Amino acid sequence: MTSAENILERPETPRRTRLQELWLLFKENRLAILGLVIFVLFFSTAVVGVILTSGEDPVFDPALIRLQEKLLPPLARPNLETLAHGEAPRLGVYLFGTDDLGRDVFSRMLQGAWVSLTVGFVAVGISVLVGIFMGGIAGYFGQSHIKNDQVIITVIMFAGVVLLGLGKEMAGVVLLLVGHASIVLLLVSKRIFRKRTPPKWLKMLHRNAISLDTIIMRLVDIMLCFPSFFLILTVVALLPASMYNIMIVIGLTSWMGTTRFVRAEFLSLREQDFVAAAKALGIGNFRIIFRHMMPNAIAPVLVSATIGIATAILTEAGLSFLGFGVPPPHATWGNILSDGKRFIFDAPWLTWIPGTAILIVVLCFNLFGEGLKDAMNPKLREK
Amino acid sequence: MNHDKDPLLSVRNLKVYFHGRDDTARAVDGVSYDVGKGETVCLVGESGCGKTVSALAILGLVPDPPGEIVSGDILFKGRNILRLKEVELQHIRGNQIAMVFQEPLTSLNPVFTIGNQIEEAIQVHEDLESKELRDRCIRLLKDVGIASPEQRLKDYPHQLSGGQRQRVMIAMALACNPDLIIADEPTTALDVTVQAQILNLLRTIQQKAGMSILYITHDLGVVANIADQVYVMYSGLIAEKGNTEQIFSQPRHPYTRGLLASLPGRSSRGKRLHSIPGSVPNPSHKPGGCPFHPRCASAVETCQSVLPDMCDYGKGHLSRCPVIYDLERQEKSREKRGD
Repeated sequence: MTSAENILERPETPRRTRLQELWLLFKENRLAILGLVIFVLFFSTAVVGVILTSGEDPVFDPALIRLQEKLLPPLARPNLETLAHGEAPRLGVYLFGTDDLGRDVFSRMLQGAWVSLTVGFVAVGISVLVGIFMGGIAGYFGQSHIKNDQVIITVIMFAGVVLLGLGKEMAGVVLLLVGHASIVLLLVSKRIFRKRTPPKWLKMLHRNAISLDTIIMRLVDIMLCFPSFFLILTVVALLPASMYNIMIVIGLTSWMGTTRFVRAEFLSLREQDFVAAAKALGIGNFRIIFRHMMPNAIAPVLVSATIGIATAILTEAGLSFLGFGVPPPHATWGNILSDGKRFIFDAPWLTWIPGTAILIVVLCFNLFGEGLKDAMNPKLREK
Repeated sequence: MNHDKDPLLSVRNLKVYFHGRDDTARAVDGVSYDVGKGETVCLVGESGCGKTVSALAILGLVPDPPGEIVSGDILFKGRNILRLKEVELQHIRGNQIAMVFQEPLTSLNPVFTIGNQIEEAIQVHEDLESKELRDRCIRLLKDVGIASPEQRLKDYPHQLSGGQRQRVMIAMALACNPDLIIADEPTTALDVTVQAQILNLLRTIQQKAGMSILYITHDLGVVANIADQVYVMYSGLIAEKGNTEQIFSQPRHPYTRGLLASLPGRSSRGKRLHSIPGSVPNPSHKPGGCPFHPRCASAVETCQSVLPDMCDYGKGHLSRCPVIYDLERQEKSREKRGD
């Protein structure tokens, strides 16, 4: 038996890992490769840029104001006689020109690249995490219901907390006490009526009110109803302007697509035998969700995340353009564009350069995402 | 069966219903069986007779909703599994009771290597260092007869053949040295030669480790091969119970007789195969009385109204058919009178 199996077991085809296989398929899509190359360039530029433009004495100082050198076109040579020592651009020329305050646009673009990169990645990271979590719960536990009593107690407790927060201590404490008391009461009544048939009011309270799936997916629908850009604008207007707030707000307003993807994948994965097998091995629910099912559902999420980065970069640029983004003097592509729009006829490079940069980066993420989608989805391969 | 000791697993009057929108499917309708230590017990029956559901109930894996365990007890080592909390159940699953599923292809997670999956099966219940873990995996794979286990550890399920995958599933089931393995038609998806190998494997492992096996199948050939005790199920009920010898040489229930007669044998060569007329009743609309009476050749009028009890033939042989019981008793007394 063993020798016979030995023969059968040795496949002569080269063994490839999933990643290698993915790369082989991805490689054939030239546009996607172009997207990947630009993405890598963008990534390294942003990382190098943040090193070169920050610190006490940056190599490229994006905040250095030289009023006598303002609105110089790209590749213009600086007038060294009017500049103080160390104020001259390190490259010898103003590669991308200067703006209305005589700041080097190249340095500012470098600084802005890092903002775009981090906002894109962190915001999408947040949205993917939230999306996976919500989608995973909705897909896996979706059928479990929240009971009437739980809804009532939650409402009472929530109202109590809100009243406390509003300064009405008496009412708040009373409501919280009522909430706690009803939890105890329900537990006790469950004990009492374990053997006997419970009275009608208790049955009513134990009746299923709403399923988890309904709660989460209706929340998704509601979130999708908001025009998200205006929601972001409102929130950003209320919060102090900072890069982190923008990342969080963009992340928390864009998780709905991921949730839908993950839920849909989970609904079909949940019925698979290997999930039953994992349960039969005594593996816990959360481990099954995140370790066993998630890797099977991750492909469409990755694809949508790549395209999501492009959207997040665009959103951030839009916010900065409107003046709600990262506060000046920190440069972002959006606010370079916004500052430049006053001089669009006199100094078109101030709008063209950041505009083109945004276009190229967003396009490359979209191309890369599309390529990834084609490589990961076997149904689309035979085109 | 060991009457002196308590059985390892004892299912008592288990009822599992599935609630539909309009009606309730009584998938398991009062089933009792025992699995002793080191025994192989077979549950035999057609599709839809409640074999798998009753096994899933042992692990607490009946999907709820729509399923509901209406009544009954499942005693494992004297503890009632149905009363346990989810956490306690998780400790039993895989650790003390393991399950081998029907489809080895879909029961393995396609995105992990089999090494990964076996390791996890161990890790859930035991805290081992990575080196020990690896050695244990290799030993398990060797035990289930997979050649060059070191390399196979790095394989993904799709790189293995069906037989190999089922061996991996068995290795995972064995990972924590369980006391009981529930094998739910583990050889149905495999071809006959591989099937024989897997059965041999299960038998050797059982002899080595002294574990019990609850084997669910519809294949009487397999039953004859490995069973100590046989329970024939029909429509959510045990129709007949006995050891292999009793069931195969002296079947006392018309359903068992029908099943045995349907087997192709040497004497029936060239003839039409026997078949039981009709099909398994819909579990939502079971006929009253004995569920088998519409298909039964020896049914009498009372069969339509009264669900018969198990009739005892001695030596642990029970059958749910009073008609045949009475017939045999009459014959015996006639013989006695004849003497």
